[in-house]
Amino acid sequence: MTYDVVFVVASALAIVSALGVVLSSNPFHSALSLIGNLVALAAMYLLLQSDFLAAAQVIVYAGAVMIMFLFVIAYLGGRAHEPVRSRPWWQTVAALAAAVAVAAEIGFAVEEQAFGDGAHVSDLFGAPQAIAASFLGRYVLTFEATSVLLLIAAVGGVTLAARRPAPREAGAVGAFEEVERLAPATSLQAEVVDAETRFDIVRAGSVPDEEGKG
Amino acid sequence: MHVGVAWFLFVSAALFGIGLYGVFTRRSPIILLLSVEIMLNASNLALISFARYWGDQAGQVFALVVMAVAASEVVVGLGLVVAMARRRADLDVDSLRGLRN
Repeated sequence: MTYDVVFVVASALAIVSALGVVLSSNPFHSALSLIGNLVALAAMYLLLQSDFLAAAQVIVYAGAVMIMFLFVIAYLGGRAHEPVRSRPWWQTVAALAAAVAVAAEIGFAVEEQAFGDGAHVSDLFGAPQAIAASFLGRYVLTFEATSVLLLIAAVGGVTLAARRPAPREAGAVGAFEEVERLAPATSLQAEVVDAETRFDIVRAGSVPDEEGKG
Repeated sequence: MHVGVAWFLFVSAALFGIGLYGVFTRRSPIILLLSVEIMLNASNLALISFARYWGDQAGQVFALVVMAVAASEVVVGLGLVVAMARRRADLDVDSLRGLRN
């Protein structure tokens, strides 16, 4: 009974907040609605005995990903708002029809199937150690591919959002370019010795410079 | 009412349809990304429902992979949005038609 109540509340919250994401005109409200949607889905994952995924959903999605969204929306400020422009009415109708058609199709396909009660699983199902045994055992290649994908995405994100330097002036040198040295190391040492010697002579007063004469 | 796996799949289908409607109708690239997130989460819910139904861990593993893919997609998508904003481009997916011709 409690199970059913939790399911009804969580699914209603998920659908209402998803509608809030799609229909809200303020992008900030959309992002906040999506957080509600993600938390409701985490509750449904708990109902499906996927404890680790529920925790990952809250931490990774509702934590990290949504913070990124909110940062970008705050960075853009007023520019994040959708441009107001009229659109032919049939576009909205066609979009609604297509979305309802896809959802109804999946719904009817599910309805046709006679699902039983489902497999009996142990308490360990969905626990971190069970996920780790699958992820690092049978699906280790998937794990590696995922890590490479995340690395590529991180590099790509930095590259895309990096501030472009101003156009370079003629003769200017970039930060990572090879600069041709004007003096090799040996002659540099000789110059230092030479300068020190001259400095000593000047200090001794034996070679008066222009300032001394004036 | 007995809540079986079918009910979770109905919710998943409804969420997928809502996300699809958002992708079709909205023009702000940020809202588009949020709608795609809804669709990815709907698929995650279906994967996890079936994992529970068959008592197989594989569905949960793939749900984790989908989470990683979604995070990567958000990083690249938001990077594009920030780059567009830097170049003073209009934040409107309908106006980005430079490659059409």
